[in-house]
Amino acid sequence: MSLTPVGLEHYLAVSAVLFCLGALGVILRRNLIVMYMSLELMLNAANLTLVAFSRYNNDLNGQVMVFFIITVAAAEVSVGLALIVALYRKRQTAHVEDLTSMKL
Amino acid sequence: MQDLFFYLFAALTLLCGFLVVANPFTRNPVTSAMFLVLTIISMAGLFVLLHAFFLAAVQILVYAGAVMVLFLFVIMLLDLKEEARRHLKSFAVVTGVLSVGALAALTLKTIWTSGVGQGLTPQIEGATGSLGKMLFTQYLLPFEIVSVLLLVAMVGVILLSKKDLK
Repeated sequence: MSLTPVGLEHYLAVSAVLFCLGALGVILRRNLIVMYMSLELMLNAANLTLVAFSRYNNDLNGQVMVFFIITVAAAEVSVGLALIVALYRKRQTAHVEDLTSMKL
Repeated sequence: MQDLFFYLFAALTLLCGFLVVANPFTRNPVTSAMFLVLTIISMAGLFVLLHAFFLAAVQILVYAGAVMVLFLFVIMLLDLKEEARRHLKSFAVVTGVLSVGALAALTLKTIWTSGVGQGLTPQIEGATGSLGKMLFTQYLLPFEIVSVLLLVAMVGVILLSKKDLK
């Protein structure tokens, strides 16, 4: 990539690569907590896209959207981690390959 | 100067993001969490470059502050040992990398050929004042709903982490 003046495309490219890294983490890692962190990475990539579009389209609605996404993500993380803790208490593992049956 | 900072923060974000997902030296979840903190902080730098100062502050406060502390608490609560190097099926690795690589190639090609940013100049100033005004006028109802959502999440977490889960 040559050092061209930074525009909207550059931010979108960074966000796309970050999203794909998160997806790769969800697919390849088998630890529930690390998979969860990869999900956070994907959410953050979406946030970056929204902020970049908001700046280049002169529209503040994108930033409000990011604000709400961050709030919902925080709530989602707390519930998800509580679920992981409850699951760990039952099964003593946080490894997805040990969690193949639906019965607790 | 701004472009230089963009490349610095973008490289830092992508490098740390990669180290969250696939650290070649260790599989320890704590290391992943620390690199996720670095990713989020450099992403806050990108937000500053986009003049979204309020969101940069919120990003650091909420993500690097609250969410990551939660992650680290849970990692320590579960006392996860370093993930044993289980044999990853090479078929799974190849197909996973291939599909995600195809997705990345498709998205990047679309971005570069669509000319989406052509003729657009950065204009908006992410002034905290106007953002707050929007939140409390146009977006008042969603704002209140989100606060109820946070309450629901809190009650749900307390219920879920009770010892005798029914």
